[in-house]
Amino acid sequence: MGNVKVWDSFEKAVADIPNGATLAVGGFGLCGIPEKLIAALVQKGTNELTVVSNNCGVDDWGLGLLLANKQIKKMISSYVGENKTFEQQFLNGELEVELTPQGTLAERLRAGGAGIPGFYTPTGVGTPVADGKEIKNFEGKDYILERGIVADFALVKAWKADKLGNLVYRKTSRNFNPLAAMAGQITIVEVEEIVEVGELDPDHIHTPGVFVQRVLLGENYAKRIERLTVARGEA
Amino acid sequence: MRMDTRQKIVNRAVKEIQNGMNVNLGIGIPTLVANAIPSHYEVLLQSENGLLGIGPYPVTEAVDADLINAGKETVTAVAGASFFDSAESFAMIRGGHIDLAILGGMEVSETGDLANWMIPGKMIKGMGGAMDLVAGAKRVVVVMEHVNKNGEPKIKKQCELPLTGKGVVHRLITELAVFDFTEQGMQLIELAEGVTLAEVQEKTAAAFTVIDGI
Repeated sequence: MGNVKVWDSFEKAVADIPNGATLAVGGFGLCGIPEKLIAALVQKGTNELTVVSNNCGVDDWGLGLLLANKQIKKMISSYVGENKTFEQQFLNGELEVELTPQGTLAERLRAGGAGIPGFYTPTGVGTPVADGKEIKNFEGKDYILERGIVADFALVKAWKADKLGNLVYRKTSRNFNPLAAMAGQITIVEVEEIVEVGELDPDHIHTPGVFVQRVLLGENYAKRIERLTVARGEA
Repeated sequence: MRMDTRQKIVNRAVKEIQNGMNVNLGIGIPTLVANAIPSHYEVLLQSENGLLGIGPYPVTEAVDADLINAGKETVTAVAGASFFDSAESFAMIRGGHIDLAILGGMEVSETGDLANWMIPGKMIKGMGGAMDLVAGAKRVVVVMEHVNKNGEPKIKKQCELPLTGKGVVHRLITELAVFDFTEQGMQLIELAEGVTLAEVQEKTAAAFTVIDGI
């Protein structure tokens, strides 16, 4: 196969991400985050990043590590309440934040990846989110214009990939990952297992390999849990 | 006392859920409503991070970091559940496929505006999926305590806090009363047991009508 996308080094896989790049990063809270790629970026020290991600990790894990290292210039997120470093840098004026409703954020990534520069949504009409945005009425109801997002690079975590970059996600760790994968001009994916071409059932592929440029095998996933909750009588 | 108030709200709120519905429950009091759903009901609970069919919290051996709810708690999935990405999740929500969303509130206005995501001057945490939910769910029910910690009304003529949605609330449930928001304005439809109309009027800074029979 002339199309094999498997890379063997996380360091090399992020080497061409320049300072000032825009990154789309998968994950919801700490679930389904590309923890090895984030670690490689922390190691490399790439800075002035604009990061499009639903959340910004916690103080000492996930995207919080890039924050702590002052590598992020701007976050585009829906919820950033779990992070004290974030609060500090925001209040100091070191960090720009663009808060975007979660569904709008997901759709902005999907649209960007799908070649759609903007779309109208009812979400946020009459709220601060609508400030400065075009409003259009369809069948008697107002909608606001939101823009698609195309990222220079996407950092994605999937469960399994084949060597062509076809991806399968697991349970709720799918979340923003397929959308980030679509929005990235160069999409870099880390997975828990890489299989041979033909081993994934084509009916079960969530992200076709056409959206993926690089695949890496990650080992010893921490998969940190933000709020461990168990059945009553178990705690 | 506080738990008692919350339980009253939960007990009333669960009556909004009908057998067969697809329901999204917000964080806080709404999450507690899940425990009160009659066990013979077939209700699918939606979690906006990508799960339709939330199950109970797992036993310790079954904890799975890849399976969480929108509150980032470890959960399970019921038989018949499905997983999907965030765009599909909000297609479900925004597209009107979710029958009912129950959310918490900081303020509700007499025209059904909701504020529940930010307090100016305090750290901004973000709206998460709340704005999409109120804009898209078929029915939006807000549950909240009738007054704030200082005893001041949270139901107002106009919201002072930045809005989550304008004219989006269908029904408001507090520990004292239930209100509907209709084309005729805000309407009191129920008083909780032992609560007088005078008490609700005193603790509500909004104009409302009262349905016959109260």
